[in-house]
Amino acid sequence: MEFGFSDEQQEIQSTARDFLADRFKPEKVRELAESDDPYDEGLWREMCELGWAGIALPSEHGGQGLGTVELVILLEQMGYALAPSPFLANAIAALMIVHAGSDEQQGRWLPGMASGEARGAAALTPDPEPVLGAAEGAAVLVLGDSDGARIVEPDAARLERLDMIDTTRAYFRVSAEGGDPLPGEIDAPNDVAAVALAAELVGVAQRALDMAVDYAKEREQFGRPIGAYQAVSHRLADMLWAVEEARSLSYYAAWVADAEPESLPLAASMAKARASDAATSVAHDAIQTLGGIGFTWEHDVHFFLKRAKVSAQLLGSAGHHRARVAALGGLG
Amino acid sequence: MDLSLTAEEQAFRDEVRAWLADNHPGEASSGGDQAQFEFEREWQRTLHEAGWAGVSWPKEYGGRGATLIEQSIFGSELARAKAPRPANVLGLVMGGPVVIAHGTEYQKERFLEPILSAEEIWCQGFSEPESGSDLASLKTKAVKEDGGWRITGQKVWTTFAHEAKWCMLVARSDPDAPKHKGLTYFLMDMDQEEVEVRPLRQITGEAEFNELFIENAYVPDENVVGGEGNGWMVAITTLMNERAGLGASAALGLAQTLDELVELAKERGLAGDPRVRDRVARLRIGIEGLRLGAMRALTTTMKVGVPGPEGSIAKLQWSSTSQAMTELATEIGGLDALQKGSPWSYRFLRTRANSIEGGTSDVLRNIVAERVLGLPKLR
Repeated sequence: MEFGFSDEQQEIQSTARDFLADRFKPEKVRELAESDDPYDEGLWREMCELGWAGIALPSEHGGQGLGTVELVILLEQMGYALAPSPFLANAIAALMIVHAGSDEQQGRWLPGMASGEARGAAALTPDPEPVLGAAEGAAVLVLGDSDGARIVEPDAARLERLDMIDTTRAYFRVSAEGGDPLPGEIDAPNDVAAVALAAELVGVAQRALDMAVDYAKEREQFGRPIGAYQAVSHRLADMLWAVEEARSLSYYAAWVADAEPESLPLAASMAKARASDAATSVAHDAIQTLGGIGFTWEHDVHFFLKRAKVSAQLLGSAGHHRARVAALGGLG
Repeated sequence: MDLSLTAEEQAFRDEVRAWLADNHPGEASSGGDQAQFEFEREWQRTLHEAGWAGVSWPKEYGGRGATLIEQSIFGSELARAKAPRPANVLGLVMGGPVVIAHGTEYQKERFLEPILSAEEIWCQGFSEPESGSDLASLKTKAVKEDGGWRITGQKVWTTFAHEAKWCMLVARSDPDAPKHKGLTYFLMDMDQEEVEVRPLRQITGEAEFNELFIENAYVPDENVVGGEGNGWMVAITTLMNERAGLGASAALGLAQTLDELVELAKERGLAGDPRVRDRVARLRIGIEGLRLGAMRALTTTMKVGVPGPEGSIAKLQWSSTSQAMTELATEIGGLDALQKGSPWSYRFLRTRANSIEGGTSDVLRNIVAERVLGLPKLR
C-alpha cells in the first residue's frame, strides 16, 4: 500500500509546476482573463509539445498511455497556476471517446486530440443545456446527456458564448441536432471528468490558501502580523484541512478510476463534492483574510474565487454529488 | 501510487482476520465495570499469547515488530471485527514504547512483559487541574531524597487509575529551571497509601476517569525514565505515540457508527429526507477523507519519517465528524434518542470530549497554524 506519487509522477508534477509558474505568471493570467479570448495558442502548443494533451490517452492513438493519476497531477498544477487553457475541455472530450467511442471514432479523432492539433471540447453536465469550455477553435465537440453522448462537428453546432464571472475560461452554450452517437456508456468518463475537475479545484484552493497565508505573515495590524491572531490563524488551519481532505479524496478517486473502476462512482462524487465546497470556501476565506485588498480588482484572488465558484457548479454541484453519495452509501 | 495491499500486506491481513474469527471473545456478560475490565484483561492475555499484544513493539521486547502499515491493518481489523479493546491500552500504546525508547535495561526487563500480559495495568498522570493544554506548566513536585524521590501534587483525567499498578507521571523536579526543563518522568507505584484515587464524574454520569491526590509518594531512582530533567522530551514521545497511526481504525469505527445511524434513519422513516441524506453524505465524505488522509500520512511517514500536512488534521477530522454524527443521530432519533438509556444519548454526550481529549481542537489549530503553515506565534 502506497498512497503517494512515484518518482516518475513527482517528476511530472514538478515539471508542470515549474513550467506553469513560468508561463502563467500572475500578470499573464490577468492579461488573458481580461482579454476576449483567454487562450494563448502559443502556450497551448508548448503544452502539447510536452505531451500533456495526450497524457492519459492510449499510445496507439498518439497519447502517452499514462493514467488518470497523471492527468490529475497536471490538472492540480493547472488549477494552482489558474492557467487559462483548453487542456481540460480537450481531455474530457478525449476521455468520452476513449471510453465510449467505436474503434473508428477513436481512430479518427483521438490522434488529433492527443497531439493537440485537432483539439476537442466536451459538454458534460447534469443540466439539460450543455455548457462547455474552449469550444471555439475546437475541431470536435462531444455533447453528453442522460442518454449518452454524440460527436458533433463544430460547423454543425450553434455556439453561444456565455459571459461568466470566471473569465479564465471561455464558456459556451451549445446546441446541435444529430451528430455521431458514441456507442458506449458514458458513466465512467463522466466520473473521471468530475475527478479531473475536482483535482483542478484542489489546485485553485491551494493557491488561494497560499495567498492568504503569505499575506497573514506580512500584513501587520495592532502591531503584529495578523497571522499571529487566532481568529485568523485558526481560519487558515481550517482552510488547510479543507484543501488536504479534498486532495486525499481526489487522488484516491484518480487511482480508483484505473485500478478499481467499480468504486469510481462513489469515489468520484465524494471528490467532486468535497473539492467544490473546499475551493469555494477557501477562496472566500482567502478574501476574508486579505481584507479590503482582497475585494479589489487589483488583487488576483478574485480570479480564484470566480474559477472556484463556476467549477464548483460544473459537472455536478456539491449538492448533486452528495445526493449520489447518499444513494450509493447506504441510503438507497 | 498503489493503494491496494501488497501480497505480504494481504497475507498479514488475512492472518489477523482469520485469528480474530477464531478468537473473538464476543461481548462481556453484564456485571458492571469491574467485570468488563476483567473481560478486557482476559482478552489482552489471549492477544498476548498469540503474539498480538505489542504489534508495534520490536520483536526483542516481545512485540511483533510490525510496520506502520501492518499496525494500521491490525487496528483496522480489530475495529472491523468489533473486538474489545485490550485492558492495558495505555501501557501498550504509551508506557511500553516510552520504556523501549528511553528506559534503562533494568526498566525494560522489569516493566515490559507485565504490560504485554496485562498483569500490570498502566495509567497516565500528566494533566493537572491548572495544567491542561499548557502541560509544561504543571506543578506536581518531585523532591529528591536518598535513593529516590517524593512526589506531591494532584493529577486529573487519569484513566484506569483504580486498576493501575503503574502511573506514568511527569513532575517538577527542579522548580528553578525554565518550565520545560525542570520536569522528570517517573514510573510511580500506585500501590501505596500516599496515592489516593477518586473517581471523576463526567457529563455522561459515569466515572471513566479519576483524579489522583498524591501526598509524599515514593518513587525509587531506578524508576526515573530518560534521566532527571528530561521529562518533557520523554512525555512528548508518549503523546506522539498516542496520535500516530490511529486514523485508519478511527475512520472504520466512525463508519460503523454511521451505518447504525443510517439504520436509525430507515427505522424512523427519514431515509428519504433530503436534509438527512445530505448530512449523511457529508459524514461519509468526512470519514473517507480521514481514512485516506491517514493512508497518505502513513506513506509519507514511511518515506520521510514524519507525516505531511494531512497528518496534522486527522484528530480535527475525527472529532468533528464524530460529534456531527451524534448530533444528527439525536435529531433523527428525536426524544427517544435523548433518553438516558439510549446509546445515542450516551454517544452524543461522550463525543463532546472528542475535541478536548488528546489535544484540544483549539491547540491543534495552533499547531497546524504554526508548524504546518509557518504562521507567527502569538505568544
